[in-house]
Amino acid sequence: MLSKVVTKEEALAKIHDGQTIMFGDWHGEFAADEIIDGMLEKGVKDISAIAVSAGMPDQGVGKLIVAKRVKSLITSHIGLNPVARDQMFAGELEVEFSPQGTWAERIRCGGAGLGGCLTPTGVGTEIEKGKQKHTINGKEYLLELPLHADIALVKATKADTAGNISFRMNSRATNSTMAYAADFVIAEVEDLVEVGELGPEEIGVPAPVIDMVYVRTGEKKPLCPMWQRAKAKAEAKGAEK
Amino acid sequence: MAGLTGRELIASRCAKFFKNGDFVNLGIGVPLMCVNYLPEGVDLWLEAEIGTVGSGASPKWSDVDVDVIDAGGQPASIIKGGSVFNHETSFAFIRGGHVDAAVLGTLQVDQEGNIANWVIPGKLAPGMGGAMDLCAGVKKIIVATDHCEKNGQSKILKKCTLPLTGPGCVTDIVTERCYFEVTPEGLVLRELAPGYTVEEILACTEADVIVPDGIGFME
Repeated sequence: MLSKVVTKEEALAKIHDGQTIMFGDWHGEFAADEIIDGMLEKGVKDISAIAVSAGMPDQGVGKLIVAKRVKSLITSHIGLNPVARDQMFAGELEVEFSPQGTWAERIRCGGAGLGGCLTPTGVGTEIEKGKQKHTINGKEYLLELPLHADIALVKATKADTAGNISFRMNSRATNSTMAYAADFVIAEVEDLVEVGELGPEEIGVPAPVIDMVYVRTGEKKPLCPMWQRAKAKAEAKGAEK
Repeated sequence: MAGLTGRELIASRCAKFFKNGDFVNLGIGVPLMCVNYLPEGVDLWLEAEIGTVGSGASPKWSDVDVDVIDAGGQPASIIKGGSVFNHETSFAFIRGGHVDAAVLGTLQVDQEGNIANWVIPGKLAPGMGGAMDLCAGVKKIIVATDHCEKNGQSKILKKCTLPLTGPGCVTDIVTERCYFEVTPEGLVLRELAPGYTVEEILACTEADVIVPDGIGFME
């Protein structure tokens, strides 16, 4: 079976200025941290980002926002990244807010070949501005359009060399959906196994969907910066949580 | 639970809406405090937007699993029988009518059941996260809020002035001073917090309030 395992440099060679990039994560947790760091070093800029939130200033897409590499963001929440808020109010970062379930479903549509979805979310709010409304069985829905990207950066727990990936517990987050909605999909994983070690029920996204697998070289499962700070604070107070 | 006041009283009262086995989404802050006041014999399936059914208590740092987190990205746990899903399935639970109740905080709420809690134009714009989906898909939307702003202004209005999160979706409003049921006729004052009178509630509430016979007490 063709191996999709690459070096960080080979993965970064696919990422360029001005691309639309999906960042699978959850407020910067379960993110492709090492590739994002590589993008910072390489100087990738003018990114149109799609991410569930603006991450945090030191987590996920938040790091690229702080470094002013992101020109626009389609998201549901930026409350955990004050830098994103400041850039938005200063007109430096264009932010499109999409309700979280709508945002997720737009990505699903983008990956599933659908022209959009009809959702009741946002009817009667500002979100309906400029959108088509349809009445189905007496109930109003908004037509929400699909999202698609040049690149999806997804983070998974394990991959096999063929490109099957698996997710432990909550780590699938927004990663598994995004894997279907981009022209080119790079998976950053913690562990690599041989083909056959991930069972059919265990595979979260199948090999044909994944283009490249990059295996982390740094610490496995580090506590994210937010948790490191919280833990240090709890320990200073002698608290257990 | 006797003697509760303020936010503890709000959480305790909200917890009484739930039936054993309900599938519930609780917002961050006071709503999540409801789990501390569940009546005897009431166990809930808590939803976390990231895709957990059966979200549990926050763990000790010594027990933390970096792959188990809550909607806010903080360490979490999953109860026995709990399960994990992807993000869009999590919102299928919400929009699809599978979630029985949600408790939300708010900036404003009004007598028509409108809620505004996601943006103050030009000042505060964190985004709506999953709140609009909850408003669109969950049958029982319980608002847990301080009755007034710090400056004394009522948060319970005739008509919301901020951009709405959801129109006409709120079913119940619980504050540290009283509990209102939202009905087609308007807000009905159902219960008073200990120490408050009907006159005091009317004086600190901008919305029109229907005062029925037989008002109970919050606990």
